Amino acid sequence: MSHSTVETAPDAQADWPDGIYALLKQYSIRQVALVPDAGHSRLIKRCLADNELRVVTLTTEEEGIALMQGAWLGGERSVLLMQSSGVGNCINMLSLSSIHRTPMPMIVTMRGDFGEFNPAQVAMGQATQSVLEAMGTLVHRADRAEDVLPTVEASLKLAFNTFRPTATLIGQRVLGAKTFGKD
Amino acid sequence: MLAPSGKIDRRELTRALLTDRGGMLVIAGLGAPAWDITAVDDGPQNLPLWGGMGGAAMIGLGLALAQPSRRVLVLTGDGEMLMGIGSLATIAHQAPKNLAIVVQDNEHYGETGMQETATRHGTDLATMARGAGIKNTMLVTEAGDVAALVKAARESDGPFFGVVKVDAGNKPLVLPPREGAILQARMREHLMGPQAHLA
Repeated sequence: MSHSTVETAPDAQADWPDGIYALLKQYSIRQVALVPDAGHSRLIKRCLADNELRVVTLTTEEEGIALMQGAWLGGERSVLLMQSSGVGNCINMLSLSSIHRTPMPMIVTMRGDFGEFNPAQVAMGQATQSVLEAMGTLVHRADRAEDVLPTVEASLKLAFNTFRPTATLIGQRVLGAKTFGKD
Repeated sequence: MLAPSGKIDRRELTRALLTDRGGMLVIAGLGAPAWDITAVDDGPQNLPLWGGMGGAAMIGLGLALAQPSRRVLVLTGDGEMLMGIGSLATIAHQAPKNLAIVVQDNEHYGETGMQETATRHGTDLATMARGAGIKNTMLVTEAGDVAALVKAARESDGPFFGVVKVDAGNKPLVLPPREGAILQARMREHLMGPQAHLA
């Protein structure tokens, strides 16, 4: 039994992160705001390697909502990558989108979801969709790997075509649950 | 430039920052800074905020990255800056040369009954900005230093972070449009022309 506490994306061999990267390029995203999550690590590496993408690492996720507001003001498209726990940090700042009608697509990797190990993740994980929707965000879930790309694409289209916050929640069933070596 | 208290008048400071502004875009934090930029020089180069407390500096960052040929000024208050203080680390990391942040520090929450902020009790925002990694900072307490602040905010290599200790008295309210969609659309049209609305 491994006792490693280093989190790795359990399906690191899956290719959907590369597909999300391709969608970010297809939809002309220029600023990628993020607080790192293991489930996004492969996508983050792809973004960092691309000189046409500005990766903005945040101290808290609400900064990303404000960054997306500024990017759109200046004519650039952006996206926010985060873990479900970070959604709670965004709540009031999401009002910027309803104030100004600003596209704000979010791609959220879930914790506190399917087979969670850590009790601390459950409260926010279970509340993630509700609080996003309470702030006017259109939310779509992907719980199978083959659903991730169509769902991300739908969320990007909805954000930029209809000027609002949208979120794709990538379920822990896709990502695998972090086990702290206790599986 | 001075209020009866002998401190710098925040609206006159705003006037100094915005007069002959050239192409400078301005994001104003909610409350007094939003009223001030509206009183002094309202128009499509301004985004006065009605909400999103703590987000003004990051909105400035997103705009500065999207419009690297434009100067971007974030004018905000001490309470708003304190709420988003972590963004100074994010901004230092990105190091946009065209971004300036100026805090009108009246040491109070002016919109909610003049409760004291932490800057009334020793918190030094310019020092915090330097700690976050922003090297180009300035603390202004004397009217004679405002001209140098204005020059730094407009012309120096960013990110620039300035703090001006201002009089805490309230000024006459001058409200911008409350419809945020108009405020956003007018700046986008200013930058991109009518095509902005077809994006």
